[in-house]
Amino acid sequence: MALTASSLFPSRPVVSSVRRRKYWRTTVLAYAFLLPSIILIATFHLFSIAFAFYISLFNWKVIKGAFLGFTNYQVILGSGDFRAALATTAWYSLFTVIPSMAFAFFAAILLSRPIKGLSFYRTLFFVPYVTSSVAAAAVWRTLFRTDGIFSSLWKWIGVPSPQWLNEPRGIFLLLLQPLGIHLPHWAVGPSLAMVCIAIMSIWYSQGFDVVVFLAGMTSIPKELYEAARLDGASEWQVIRFLTWPLLLPTTFFILVISVIGSFKAFNQIYIMTNGGPAGTTTTVSLLVYNEAFRYGHLGYASALAFLLFGIILGLTLVQFRVVGRSARTISG
Amino acid sequence: MVSSIQTSAMHQVMVGHPRPLRRLRAALVVHCILLICGLLIAFPFIWMILTSFKTQFEALAYPPTLLPEQWRWQNYVDAWQLPGSWPKGFPRYFVNTVFIAGITCSGALLTSLVAGYTFAKMEFFGKNVIFIGLLATLMVPFEATLVPDFIIIKTFHWYNTYTAQIIPWIGSVFGIFLMRQFISTLPNELWEAAQIDGLGHAGYLRWIVTPLSLPGLLTLGLFTFLDSWNALIWPLIVTSSDEMRPIQVGLAYFITEEGTQVNQLMAAATFTIIPVLVLFLITQRQFIEGIAQSGLKG
Repeated sequence: MALTASSLFPSRPVVSSVRRRKYWRTTVLAYAFLLPSIILIATFHLFSIAFAFYISLFNWKVIKGAFLGFTNYQVILGSGDFRAALATTAWYSLFTVIPSMAFAFFAAILLSRPIKGLSFYRTLFFVPYVTSSVAAAAVWRTLFRTDGIFSSLWKWIGVPSPQWLNEPRGIFLLLLQPLGIHLPHWAVGPSLAMVCIAIMSIWYSQGFDVVVFLAGMTSIPKELYEAARLDGASEWQVIRFLTWPLLLPTTFFILVISVIGSFKAFNQIYIMTNGGPAGTTTTVSLLVYNEAFRYGHLGYASALAFLLFGIILGLTLVQFRVVGRSARTISG
Repeated sequence: MVSSIQTSAMHQVMVGHPRPLRRLRAALVVHCILLICGLLIAFPFIWMILTSFKTQFEALAYPPTLLPEQWRWQNYVDAWQLPGSWPKGFPRYFVNTVFIAGITCSGALLTSLVAGYTFAKMEFFGKNVIFIGLLATLMVPFEATLVPDFIIIKTFHWYNTYTAQIIPWIGSVFGIFLMRQFISTLPNELWEAAQIDGLGHAGYLRWIVTPLSLPGLLTLGLFTFLDSWNALIWPLIVTSSDEMRPIQVGLAYFITEEGTQVNQLMAAATFTIIPVLVLFLITQRQFIEGIAQSGLKG
């Protein structure tokens, strides 16, 4: 019986070898398909991050110089520039991401209602995001001129106009000084110039947040809203206890994307202040650019960039853990 | 029970129809808020266009005027010609940008389609490892690769060429991911039918998958074109001559140059924004849905 079976169906090992041969043939084809992408991405994104670390170990000015070990890192961590730039970046991130998301959340709630002209409003809100940030920054720079429209508005109200993009003093200092409150040096906040750039960035990025929030809202089942209304929930209760918790994954996604994006911000700062006044808008990305391509300190700039890479990676992981846990607590 | 129905009926008789009225009022409030927000968002654009038609005197006047006293079209001509004439200046920047964005787009679409298909529909050795490796590169901020990529470009002798502005952007992890998401929604029966008809992976990809992926390709093409059009920092670093510069770099020089007049600046900003704006308005559905999908799935 066993003999006949094996003589009748001897093909089992044959099938598997055919299949295996097919698998390997597919593998070869797949790698041929992937080759262009892999070469390009590996060269300019994967190899280059390792190369960045290598460069950062040298006194590399335009051409490779002496091996320094971790000296570049020591210099960076000891210098005030990096810490100041990091603080500036953090303030910029805070002043851009949170207001932009808060605005977009409420705009999306209004837009998710069955109102006429939804696509018109959505387009209007989204337009800044597709325009060139260089051109947009040029416009905002003229709006914030000391003899520009905002200054005129302030004068019209009867308040002395601030210096906007030329103001290196901290925003909290400027707000609280008239009240006679004196702040310690570390509590003055970002410069008004940085806040102006943040305002431009909020304007620029809120459209993305609105669109993603709206997409998230369409995935919430309509029945939940009907049930809540039947139970007599008020508008605010529906937002607080239904929309907000159910949108938490979307919110988290936008948060991660925006924080990473805010660390990369360059164009608007380069155009609006180029790091000034008094260096108060020099974020880490601007510092890297200046060190590398203005002063030619490629090794030093690489070390800066590598540190930033570590910080962004750490931040993302922390965000994943913290927000992931709170999302689970709420849904569980 | 009866009394409550009666009172509510009485209430309706006395007050009219509160529900539709309240709904109408709520809709009005919502429209008002949205219109005010929309106007604030549109204001910089309105200001840009209005200022671009003013004379220099009027553009700097205090208090500022809203509408130009006379509409000066000449500003556009001046701004267009100011940084120099062919082979320099804005005409050259535009040609460069269209060329660079066009080639980058075609290349990125091709590699992303093929690689996206491979990850969506083929089973092969090391698939997951490579896919995760590619995704991991999304965590790398561009500042970290700016210096090494610059040195790589220098080593290849690509400095101040179109090649330097095109090649690094042809391999796109985002593109691969987007196309993989799109292609994995195609039913597997298609592939089985294609095999019976004697098609291999290459033929199936060319004749069946590509036409069916056109919406996905369009979305990706739009994103890539836009990124390429709006790129500043990379071309700023790898170009040194006016002949190689794309529009954003040219505009950045125009902005930061001493003595550029505000009205001409606004004219230049306007004609830089208009092409992308028109493209967006034509394709906005693709665009916004693309953001929503890739955003949520990414």
